Amino acid sequence: MMKRKILTISNLTKSYHTKNSETLAVKDFSLNIHEGEFIVIVGPSGCGKSTILSILSGLLEPSSGEIIYHSQTYPLSIGYMQQNDHLFPWRTILKNVMLGLEIQGRATQENMDKVIKQLKMYGLGKFLNSYPNQLSGGMRQRAALIRTLAINPDILLLDEPFSALDYQTRLAVSEDIVSILKKEKKTVIMITHDLNEAISMASKVVVISKRPGKIIDTHDIRLSSEGDSMLQKREAPEFMDYYNKIWKELDVHVE
Amino acid sequence: MSNKEPLKLSEHEEFLIKIKKENFRVHTARISILILFFCLWEIAAELSWIDPFITSRPAAIFDTLVLLNANGELWRHLFITVGETVVGFMLGTIIGTLIAVLLWWSPFLSRVLDPYIVVLNSLPKVALGPIIIVWVGAGLMAVITMSLLISGIITIINVYGGFHEVDQEKIILVKSFGATKKQILQKVILPASFPTIINALKINVGLSWVGVIMGEFLVSKAGLGYLIVYGSQVFKLNLVMTSILVLAVAAVGMYLAVAYFEKKIIRHL
Repeated sequence: MMKRKILTISNLTKSYHTKNSETLAVKDFSLNIHEGEFIVIVGPSGCGKSTILSILSGLLEPSSGEIIYHSQTYPLSIGYMQQNDHLFPWRTILKNVMLGLEIQGRATQENMDKVIKQLKMYGLGKFLNSYPNQLSGGMRQRAALIRTLAINPDILLLDEPFSALDYQTRLAVSEDIVSILKKEKKTVIMITHDLNEAISMASKVVVISKRPGKIIDTHDIRLSSEGDSMLQKREAPEFMDYYNKIWKELDVHVE
Repeated sequence: MSNKEPLKLSEHEEFLIKIKKENFRVHTARISILILFFCLWEIAAELSWIDPFITSRPAAIFDTLVLLNANGELWRHLFITVGETVVGFMLGTIIGTLIAVLLWWSPFLSRVLDPYIVVLNSLPKVALGPIIIVWVGAGLMAVITMSLLISGIITIINVYGGFHEVDQEKIILVKSFGATKKQILQKVILPASFPTIINALKINVGLSWVGVIMGEFLVSKAGLGYLIVYGSQVFKLNLVMTSILVLAVAAVGMYLAVAYFEKKIIRHL
C-alpha cells in the first residue's frame, strides 16, 4: 500500500554561529514523510535532533537544503509539542487549549465546540475551567497535546514530549498519547532518546549520528505483537532485534 | 488516658494556643514600645530633661493636630501630598512599563540606550530638582515630575528585566503557532510579567514618597513636605513633628492599600 508523500526534506544542513566559532549541527539530512507515518528520530544527545524539528516547524532557517511540502493546502499546518507542557498558569485549561486557534485568528465558536468535545473525549471535561496547577503531570501533557491538535495540524512534531515525566507516568502518558494520535490519524515526527519508546511507538525509526547529525540508518518497524498496546509491542519477538541493532548503530560509550 | 482526662487538649490545639500566645506577646511588646516612647518623651519634656522648644512634645503635637484639623490646613496639605504621590507612582509604573515594552520591542534601541539608563539610575534625581523647577515651574507639576523620575527609572529596569526572565520555550510555543511580535507581547510577555509589574508598583509607592517630599522641600508651596520645611525654618518644631507623624501614618496606609490590592489581583491569576 503506497501512501501519499506529504513532505520531502532534502540535504538539510544547519550551522550555528557564535563570535568565536561555527558549529555544524546537522549535515545533509534527507527524509521522505508519508501520510499517517509515525517517524521517531533517535540519536545521541546534542546530535541536532531538536534543530531538525525547529527547522521543520519554521522556527529556524536552514543554512542550506530544502523542505518541500506536497500538499494542496499550502502552507502545511504544523503542530509542535515540547518537553514541558508550557500550559500558561494564568489561563484556564480551555483557554490554554484555545491558544493556537486564538493566535491564528480562528477562535470561532465552532472550533471552540470542537476543542471542548476533544477535551471531554480525552477525560479533561471536568477541568475546562480549572487552572493548570490543579492537574496532574499526565493530564497536563494531554492538555498540551490537545492544544497542539486544536489547530488541526497536518504534521505533528514532538520534541521528547515525555522526558519531563517520571517513569511510571511516562509509560501511561505515552500509551495515552499514541492512542490519541492513532485515533486522530496524524502524521508524526517525534524525537526521543528512549529506544523502548521509539520502537514501540514508531512505524519508522531514523537513527542519527553524533554531531554533525547525519542519518546512519532507517528501520521500518514491523512487530508481530498480539495487541496494539505499547507494553504488548515490547513483548514482540522482533523487538529485541531492533533494539540491539539500533543500540549498536548509536555506538554509545561513556567518554 | 483520654477517658480519664476529658479536658486534655489535643496536640494540634496546644500548638494553636502556643501560636496565639506568641502572637499576643509580640503585639503587646510592639504597642508597649510605642506607648513607652511617647510617655518617656512627654515626661522628659515635663521634667526639662530635654528642651521641648527643639524636640517638641507629644502633648504639643496633639494640640497642633487638633488645631490643624480645626482650620482645615491638615487635610489640605495631606490631600495635596497624597495626591501627588498617587499620581507619581501610577505614572511612574505606567510610563516605566511602556518604556520597558519599547526596549523589549527593539533590542537595538535597548542596546543603544543601556548606558544612558545606567547613568540616569546612578544619578541622584534630587540633583535635577532645580532644573525641573525651572522647566515646569515651581508647583505641583515639578513635584510630580520629581517622583515620576525616581520611580520611572527603577520601573524600566525591573520590568524590562522581568520581560527577559519569561521562559523562552513559552515564546517558542506561541511562535510555533505563528504568533506575531505583538501577539508574543500580548499573550506571553505581559501576562507572565504581571507579578513583576505589580511588584514594581509596590516599590514605586515608597520611591514616590521620596520624590514627592524632596519635591515639596524644593518647591515649598504646599503639602506635608512644605509644612516640615516651613516649620523648621520658623522654628515651630511642633509643626515639624506633627507633619512627620501624619506623613508616617499616610505612607503606611498607602503601602497597606497597595499590598491589599496586590493580594486581591494575584489571587485571580
